[in-house]
Amino acid sequence: MKIAVLSGKGGTGKTTVATSLAQSLPECQYIDCDVEEPNGAIFLNPDLSQKFPVQVLVPQVDDNKCNKCGECAKACQFHAIAVVKNKVLVFPEICHHCGACIIACPREAVSETKRTIGFVETSRRGHFLQGKLNIGEPISVPIIQDLKRRMHEGIPVILDCSPGASCTVVQSIEGCDYCILVTEPTPFGLHDLKIAVQVVKKMGIPFGVVINKATSDNTSIQDCCRESQIEVLLEIPFSKEIAEGYSRGLLPVQNELWKDKFRKLYKEVKKVQA
Amino acid sequence: MKQIAFVSGKGGTGKSTLVSSLSILVQDKMLADCDVDAPNLHILLNGKTLKQEDYFGAKEAVIDSSTCLKCGICRETCRFGAISEQLEIIPMKCEGCGACLLICPAQAISLAEAKTGQTYVSETARGTFSHALLDIGAEGSGKLVTEVRKNTFNFEENEKWLLIDGSPGIGCVVIASIIGTDAVVAISEPTKSGQSDLERVLAVARHFEIPAFVCINKYDLNPEITSQIESYCANNDFPVIGRIPFDPDVMKALQRFKTPVETGNPRVTEEITGIWIRLTEELAKPTAKQ
Repeated sequence: MKIAVLSGKGGTGKTTVATSLAQSLPECQYIDCDVEEPNGAIFLNPDLSQKFPVQVLVPQVDDNKCNKCGECAKACQFHAIAVVKNKVLVFPEICHHCGACIIACPREAVSETKRTIGFVETSRRGHFLQGKLNIGEPISVPIIQDLKRRMHEGIPVILDCSPGASCTVVQSIEGCDYCILVTEPTPFGLHDLKIAVQVVKKMGIPFGVVINKATSDNTSIQDCCRESQIEVLLEIPFSKEIAEGYSRGLLPVQNELWKDKFRKLYKEVKKVQA
Repeated sequence: MKQIAFVSGKGGTGKSTLVSSLSILVQDKMLADCDVDAPNLHILLNGKTLKQEDYFGAKEAVIDSSTCLKCGICRETCRFGAISEQLEIIPMKCEGCGACLLICPAQAISLAEAKTGQTYVSETARGTFSHALLDIGAEGSGKLVTEVRKNTFNFEENEKWLLIDGSPGIGCVVIASIIGTDAVVAISEPTKSGQSDLERVLAVARHFEIPAFVCINKYDLNPEITSQIESYCANNDFPVIGRIPFDPDVMKALQRFKTPVETGNPRVTEEITGIWIRLTEELAKPTAKQ
């Protein structure tokens, strides 16, 4: 079963929930899909023994064949190629690797060359995976795709997503069987939860909510979930002890009580599949 | 107008709380929320909308089934898996690159403008405010950020400052939020995650040669990591311009849609005032902008 953990708003506790769940199951694969700011390794301390570059194809122009006609620049919807003063300029960082320029060139002067935008690291048996986008690179989706190609079959897979609700999140949750939406009882948390709900609904993935930093005097999230008939899977209380543990890279599931709660959460989630 | 972008790397470290507090303390400024896929600043700013527009920030392929030969070459060409076996476009996967249109032997494919979000300019008691909301699952969040920033210039009335609330991460949205600004302020928290994410976002600011400053929120939550962050900043020439104490009242104020400044939290207000003073002093130094 493939379970994605997302949130809309950042800092609500996605990684806490995803890594706690991973530590509570006898066997699973954890994938950190937040390739801009991966944090899962801080909590799971994997032995990262393998590292693979993630490469994309970007155009290169053969000056001997090119007659500076500008068809490639006209075809590129992302302004990654420009023809100025009889020179073809390629801006590889903003290239979407679509290959349109190659099709457009009437003289077969455009070919492709590999360019590294980040890397994927895995533990020896591949139970822990993370990706890292290189500094200054804008496009992270190919790294998420690379990670997802390494998904195991037959064991639970937990995908820890990036914050927000843009293409990186869509890419991460696509094909998942269930989404856990993590939120917190603030107006920001509630607002962004509603955005995340729309994303998972649009993609037709079953989902439930985990309320982190829950307090007894604010039930805004519970109220919203009740009205919208969304299942609340778990509440993690606002606790200085948990926050301090988190700051040092420690998870609540070091306590058996919490491990049990996460096992129960998994059982609930698994019912959906049946 | 000097532009200051507030970023954090890690989410939830207090960007919007700091920017909304500064929106009260700083005079003569405009505001922009560049976290377009999970915007929050408008929740606290409650403005009157001056301009609201659909934003068409992407393109989408359209297949004309009456001229289509059903040859399937488009499907083989598409690198994004955006054309189904029935030769229909899957909108959420289409990047609007136009490769299919170029390869189609029957010229049955065209590109249509696709709406990717909505932009707003609002008049608020704290200044003119530009923001946006990305459509669910839409492409092109970086372009929408650029549009939000462009909108501020159309409504500029010689304000001295533009305060930009950024998004978490280090990719396209963050890059679009900080390019061309006068300074980046990175808000961190003393957790291992906050520390690791801060270092990556500071590296991005340096990559684009933008002066960057650091605030440590909830600095007293873990003094050991706070001092590690401080030595990292000292060793790498990122001035630390603020240390905001942990105070549960900040979250309680937020639950009532208030900033800590409005609820009269003296320690936090004093520190945020100090952050702005130190930032303006740093920017006045002749070496601030390389």
